[in-house]
Amino acid sequence: MSRQVRRVAAAMFLLFAALFVNLNYLQVIRAESLTSDTRNRRQLLREYDIQRGSIIAGTGGQAQELATSVDTEDRLRYLRVYPDGPLWAHATGFYSFIFGRSQLEQSFNEFLVGSSPDTFARNIGDLLDGRERRGDDLLTTLRPAVQAAARDALGDRRGAVVALDPRTGDILAEWSNPTYDPNRLSSHDGPEVRAGWDELRADPANPLLNRVTSQLYPPGSTFKLVTAAAALEDGIGAEQTFDDPRTADLPQTSADIGNFGGGLCNGGNPITLRRALEVSCNTTFAQLGLDLGAEALIDQAEAFGLNREWESQFPYEPSRIPKELDPPQTAQSAIGQRDVRVTPLQMAMIVAAIANDGVLMTPRLVREVQDYEGRVIRQYPVAPLVLPGSAGPQAMAPENAALLTEMMVGVVERGTGGGAAVPGVAVAGKTGTAQTGGDNPTVWFVGFAPAEDPQVAVAVVVEDGGEVGSEATGGRLAAPIAQAVLQAALQPGG
Amino acid sequence: MSRTTAPPAADGRNGTAPGPAPEARRRSNTELGLLVLGVLVVLCAYALVGLSQNPVLPAGLAPYGGALIALAVAAHLVTRKLAPGADPLLLPVAFLLNGLGLVMVRRIDFAYAVRDDPPAALAPLQTVWTVIGIAAFCLTLVLLRDHRVLDRYRYLIGLAALALLLTPLLPGLGREIRGARIWLRLGGFSIQPGEFAKLGIVAFFASYLSDKRALLSVATNRLGPFHVPPARAFAPVAAAWLVSLAVLVFQKDLGLSLLFFGIFVVMLYIATSRPAYVVAGTLLFSSGAYLAWTAFAHVQARVAIWLDPFADAEDAGFQLVQSLFALGTGRIVGVGWGQGRPDFIPDVHTDFIFSAFGEELGLLGTTALLLCYFLLVGRGFGIAARARDDFGMLLAAGLTVVFALQVFVIVGGVTRLIPLTGLTLPFMSYGGSSLLANYILVALLLRVSADPGDAGRPAGQGATA
Repeated sequence: MSRQVRRVAAAMFLLFAALFVNLNYLQVIRAESLTSDTRNRRQLLREYDIQRGSIIAGTGGQAQELATSVDTEDRLRYLRVYPDGPLWAHATGFYSFIFGRSQLEQSFNEFLVGSSPDTFARNIGDLLDGRERRGDDLLTTLRPAVQAAARDALGDRRGAVVALDPRTGDILAEWSNPTYDPNRLSSHDGPEVRAGWDELRADPANPLLNRVTSQLYPPGSTFKLVTAAAALEDGIGAEQTFDDPRTADLPQTSADIGNFGGGLCNGGNPITLRRALEVSCNTTFAQLGLDLGAEALIDQAEAFGLNREWESQFPYEPSRIPKELDPPQTAQSAIGQRDVRVTPLQMAMIVAAIANDGVLMTPRLVREVQDYEGRVIRQYPVAPLVLPGSAGPQAMAPENAALLTEMMVGVVERGTGGGAAVPGVAVAGKTGTAQTGGDNPTVWFVGFAPAEDPQVAVAVVVEDGGEVGSEATGGRLAAPIAQAVLQAALQPGG
Repeated sequence: MSRTTAPPAADGRNGTAPGPAPEARRRSNTELGLLVLGVLVVLCAYALVGLSQNPVLPAGLAPYGGALIALAVAAHLVTRKLAPGADPLLLPVAFLLNGLGLVMVRRIDFAYAVRDDPPAALAPLQTVWTVIGIAAFCLTLVLLRDHRVLDRYRYLIGLAALALLLTPLLPGLGREIRGARIWLRLGGFSIQPGEFAKLGIVAFFASYLSDKRALLSVATNRLGPFHVPPARAFAPVAAAWLVSLAVLVFQKDLGLSLLFFGIFVVMLYIATSRPAYVVAGTLLFSSGAYLAWTAFAHVQARVAIWLDPFADAEDAGFQLVQSLFALGTGRIVGVGWGQGRPDFIPDVHTDFIFSAFGEELGLLGTTALLLCYFLLVGRGFGIAARARDDFGMLLAAGLTVVFALQVFVIVGGVTRLIPLTGLTLPFMSYGGSSLLANYILVALLLRVSADPGDAGRPAGQGATA
C-alpha cells in the first residue's frame, strides 16, 4: 500500500505545484495589470495621502494652475481642485476616486504622485529624513489666452479647436465643446460623483470625449492638402492645368463626382492646380487622385501620420485611410470623402508640417516636470516626429511645402478661406465641408500664420452644421473661429 | 549521543524506569527548537503589525508572547511525554501557521476598526479558540494512547460522523450562512460540524477499507468485457457518492462535497491499488457535478464567476476580483504588514485570509505559507508510508489527503485556479471549528507516527532502532 501512498503524495504534490505556478502568474506576470486596474482602489487610496503635483499652463507672470491639490484632513486627505475646470477639462482630464483618471492625470500619474523612476533617489532620501512625499508639477505648453480665445470663438457650437506651434509641436490650445467640470468627478462625495458621472455618460453630446484627440471626423476638402502635397511631390506643378468638367466620372461605376453647389470651377476653361485649391474644386482633385493613384495618395497620408501610432504624452485616436483603394475610392478619398477619418489634432499636425518646411513635429503638451522646489525632474525636448516605418520626419520636400504654403495663402486671399484673414498677416489655410449621409455637414478650417514665418497652426471643426445647419460651410463657420484663435496666438505674451 | 551523557534534567525517573530512547529524545528536542523558532516568527509578525498602527511596540506583546510560549510549551511537553518518537515537524509547523493566522486576524481587526460601524474584534475570540485547540490537541494524545482503538469503534464513529454531518439540516439547530447550510447554532456559538465529521469519516473509512481491502481488490465478476469486483464491493463508493451529493444538494456546500468525495476515492485507491476506482469515482463525481451545474443556479453562478470574474466585478465577482487585486498588488515582496487593504475583500478573515497574506507579504509570503502546508502534507504521507499497520496507514493517508485537498480547494479558489467553494484555510482562517478539528487531525497523525508497533508501550522497549 505504501506504493499507492507515494503515488497519491505525488498527485498532491502536483496540485500544490499548480497552486505555486498560479501564484507566480498572479503576483508576478499579472501583477502590473492587476495593480493598475482602475477598479483596484488600493493604489489610488495610497495616492490620496500624497499632495499631488499641479498642472500648470503659461510661464512667468502668466502662469496659471489648471489643477492643484488641497489638504482636507478627511480620510481621503488631498482633494484635487481644478480652478477653471471646464476650460481645461480635456487637457488635464479628471481624477476621481471612483472612476479613475483620464488624460494628463492618467498619463503623467507617476510624476504627479512623485513616484517616477527619475525621483527614486529623492524619495529614498525623503523616507530616511521622515519627509512627506510630494508629487511633481507638470509645466504644459498650453497658453491660457489662446485657450480662452478658442472657447469664446467656438461658443455654444459642438466641435473642437486645436492650436500648435508648428516649429515645436507645442500644443497651445486644446478646446473641445461640450466640456464638463472635472471638479464634480474629483469630489470626495461619492453619491455626488456618481450622479455627475451618470449625467455625463447619459448626455448624447458626450462631454467626456476629447474631440481634439479622440474623435474621428470626415476631413472633407481639408484633405485636398494631402492630395496636393502628393501631387507636388509627384512633380506636378502649381500652374499645371486640368479640364473643368461639370462632373468627374467615377471609373467602374455609373456615379459621378460633382462640385460644391453643382457648378463649374472655372467657367469650363482649363484650371490650374493653384486655382483648384483656392476654390476647392472637387472635379480637379478627383481627377488628380486618379492620376496619382491610390498608392501615392495613401503614402502621402501616412507620411503625415495617418494609420500610424507614435509615443504620445496623452491618449489619442490614430487617424486613418484605407490601406487599399480601388479607383472610385481613390477619387473620393482624394477629396476627403468615403472612409478617410481624421482627428482635429491630425489635421493640425498636417498643416503644421507644411508650415514647418515639411517636417512633422511630435505633439508636445508637457514640456517639463518640476518638483515643488522648482528643480527639474524631467525635460521633454522638442523633437521631430519619426513615424514607424518612415525614414525621417520629412513628410514632404521643403520646396514643395513652401509652394503649398503659397497656394494656401491664395485660399485665404482669393478663395474659400477669406473668413480666416487676419489684418496685416498672411494666413495660409484650407476650408472643408464634409457631407455625411443626410446629416448637417461637419465643417473645417485648417491653417497657419504668418505664412512667411509660421508661429501657430490651427485646426477647427464644427459638428452638425453649427447653428446654420445644412447651409454650413467651412469658410462661413470655421474660418472666423480660426481667425480669432490665430490672432490671439500671434498676440505677444498671449 | 549515549545514555551516559544524557542531560541530568531528563525527567527524574532515572533508576526506576528507563527514560525515552535517545532517538525519541532527539526528535523531541528538534520539535522544541522548531517551536521556539516558530514562536519567534509569530512574535516578530505581531510586533510588526502593532508598529504599523502605532510607532511604539504593542503593549500586548509581553502577555501575548507569554501566552503563546506557555501554549507551545504545554503542547510540546504533552507530545514529549505521551508520543515519544513522534514526528517533530507537525506541531511546530501547525503552531506557526496558527500563530501567523492569529496575527493576520488581529491585523484585519485594525482594518475593520476604522469603519463607521466596526464589528466586534475577532482576535481575542480566536485566541481563545487557539487555547481550546491546543487543549483538544493535548486531550487527543492523552485519551488516545494507541490509534488502533479507533479501529474498534468503526461503526460508532461512522454513524456519529454521518449524524454530525447532517445536523445542520435539522430545523431549529441548523443555520444557513451565505447560502450554505453547514452551520450549527449552539448557545452563543456557531460551529461547523462538517469540520469534525470529516475526521470521523476518514477514521471510519480507514477502518472499513483495511478490513475489506482483499475483497475489494479482486475482480471476480464479469460486466461485459470487464472484470469487476463483486457488486456489493461498490456499495461504499455508491454510498460515498450519495453522501457527497446529499451534502451538495441539501447543504449547498460544494467545497465540503468535493472534499468528501476526494477522500473516498483516494482511500479506496490506496486500499485496493485499483485505478479503476479513481476513474469510476471521478466519472461519478463529474456527472454529479454536471447535474448540480444544470440544476442549481448557485452552482452556475460560481462557475460563471470563475470563468470571468471581471464580467461583474462590482457585484457577483466582487469578492474574487478583490482577492485577485490583493494578490496582484502584493507582487513579489508584498506591501508589508499593516500596509495593505484586506478589508476590501469581503470575508477576508475566513475563506480569503490567504489573499490578505498575498497582499501584505507578497509572493514570498504566499510561497512560504504553501511550503508550510506542503511540509505538513509531505510529513503526513511519510507517516502513512511508514505506518506499521494497514489501519494506521489508511488513517494517516486519509487525514493527510483531507488536509491537502482542503488547502488546495480554498487556495485554488481564492486564486481562481478552480471555482471558488467555501472552505476554511486550515490553521489560519478565523473560526473555532476548523482550528479545533485541525489540531485534532495533527494529534492523530502524531499518534500514528509515534506508534511503537506491536512491541508494547512506548516507555521502554520500543523504537530502539
